Amino acid sequence: MNWKWDLFFDSFPIIVKGLKVTISLTIICYIVSLLLGFVWVFFQRQPIKPLKWLMGWVMEFIRSTPPLVQLFFLYYAWPTIPYIGVTLEPFTCAIIGLGLHMSTYIGEVYRSGIESIDKGQWEAATALNFTTGQKWKKIILPQAIPPIIPMLGNYFIILFKEVPLASTVGVLGILALANNYGAAHFRYLEAITVVALLFLILSYPSSLIINWIEKKVNRRFDKDLALKDS
Amino acid sequence: MKGLKITLTVLVCSAVLSYFIAIFAGLCRLSRFWIVRTITTVYVEIFRGTSLIVQLFWFYYAIPMLFGFDIGSNLIAGVLAISLNYGAYMSEIVRGSIIAVDDGQREASTALNLSSFDRMRLIIFPQAFRMMLPEFSNYLIQMLKATSLVSLIGMMDILYFADRYLNSNPSATFTTFSLVLIFYFIMALPLIYMSKKAEKFSKKGVAK
Repeated sequence: MNWKWDLFFDSFPIIVKGLKVTISLTIICYIVSLLLGFVWVFFQRQPIKPLKWLMGWVMEFIRSTPPLVQLFFLYYAWPTIPYIGVTLEPFTCAIIGLGLHMSTYIGEVYRSGIESIDKGQWEAATALNFTTGQKWKKIILPQAIPPIIPMLGNYFIILFKEVPLASTVGVLGILALANNYGAAHFRYLEAITVVALLFLILSYPSSLIINWIEKKVNRRFDKDLALKDS
Repeated sequence: MKGLKITLTVLVCSAVLSYFIAIFAGLCRLSRFWIVRTITTVYVEIFRGTSLIVQLFWFYYAIPMLFGFDIGSNLIAGVLAISLNYGAYMSEIVRGSIIAVDDGQREASTALNLSSFDRMRLIIFPQAFRMMLPEFSNYLIQMLKATSLVSLIGMMDILYFADRYLNSNPSATFTTFSLVLIFYFIMALPLIYMSKKAEKFSKKGVAK
């Protein structure tokens, strides 16, 4: 055991500075992927078959290739494409890369939420002469959104854990700072441990919060059922 | 693209190891003894709570320093990190599916005077296992993606060779990275197909 507390305390404030970047990146990526998720669902529900088919494959492709490679692709290869290629800042690159990757998962979550709604609800809404907009706004979405909230929360935590990947394209998050610190002092042990600790401190309470939300949402549904029975 | 071999080796090794860890940890979390339960819960929460890339670095840099022994090679560090991480995730699935097996099954096997080991082996586990299959194959795809991270600790996988190729021909970035993406997709295709199959299999012949 050669653990040095002074290095631990020395590196701590330096690494914590990167927390701001890591958290803001997580939140921005999450918003981007929430919005893009809608786009995927929209394409999945297209009546035009070839378009739907094509988008399904694109989605599968993004889902099943590693986000690390996608980041490298965006960062190194995208600028070399003629006409559409632009050099991206590391931060923007990470937002696009991770946001896009996560959005395919979020899209699946949306889809499962929408598909879980009973067909009778659609038919009833049509029978009541609702317009398409009203149908979505008043009938489908209010029922589809609450059950998927815990799943969305889980994906937030997963995304938070994917964000250190962005350090490989030069975003100065906590992992990149720890690596720099380790390289400067020839000791990675303490710095890396700080990063691991920070992740644990942040993600464990949020997973507890999500569990709590999940219970709350479930209870609401149980109550609805109970009311129906009585 | 010699890196394919390393990527597949890491995938297969960590898949096998993580399934063992998952089943073992999942069973431990249901143990009668609180101490076994607590230890596994701490393990699962730690590995689920931190990100895989951090764990990878930790295994690669920190373990040799902390305990003064060399972990062997970066292959072992990579495989260990990936399988401990995914083992933790999958142990939750194991636990969930064992709990999901109907209580009546448990009572019936007690009534038939099976020992608690036989009860798990012959009655509960086979039923829980088919529930786990679809999730397990989903995680296999996730693991394939995770193997790309090992290039960061200096292993010579696909990504590493792509990087090295780029050093000698810097103009070919687009082609190279597209190729890497396509490689990963081709590797994932059979896994996607398998997960669909597994889903069908687990639904087949189950009275609901």
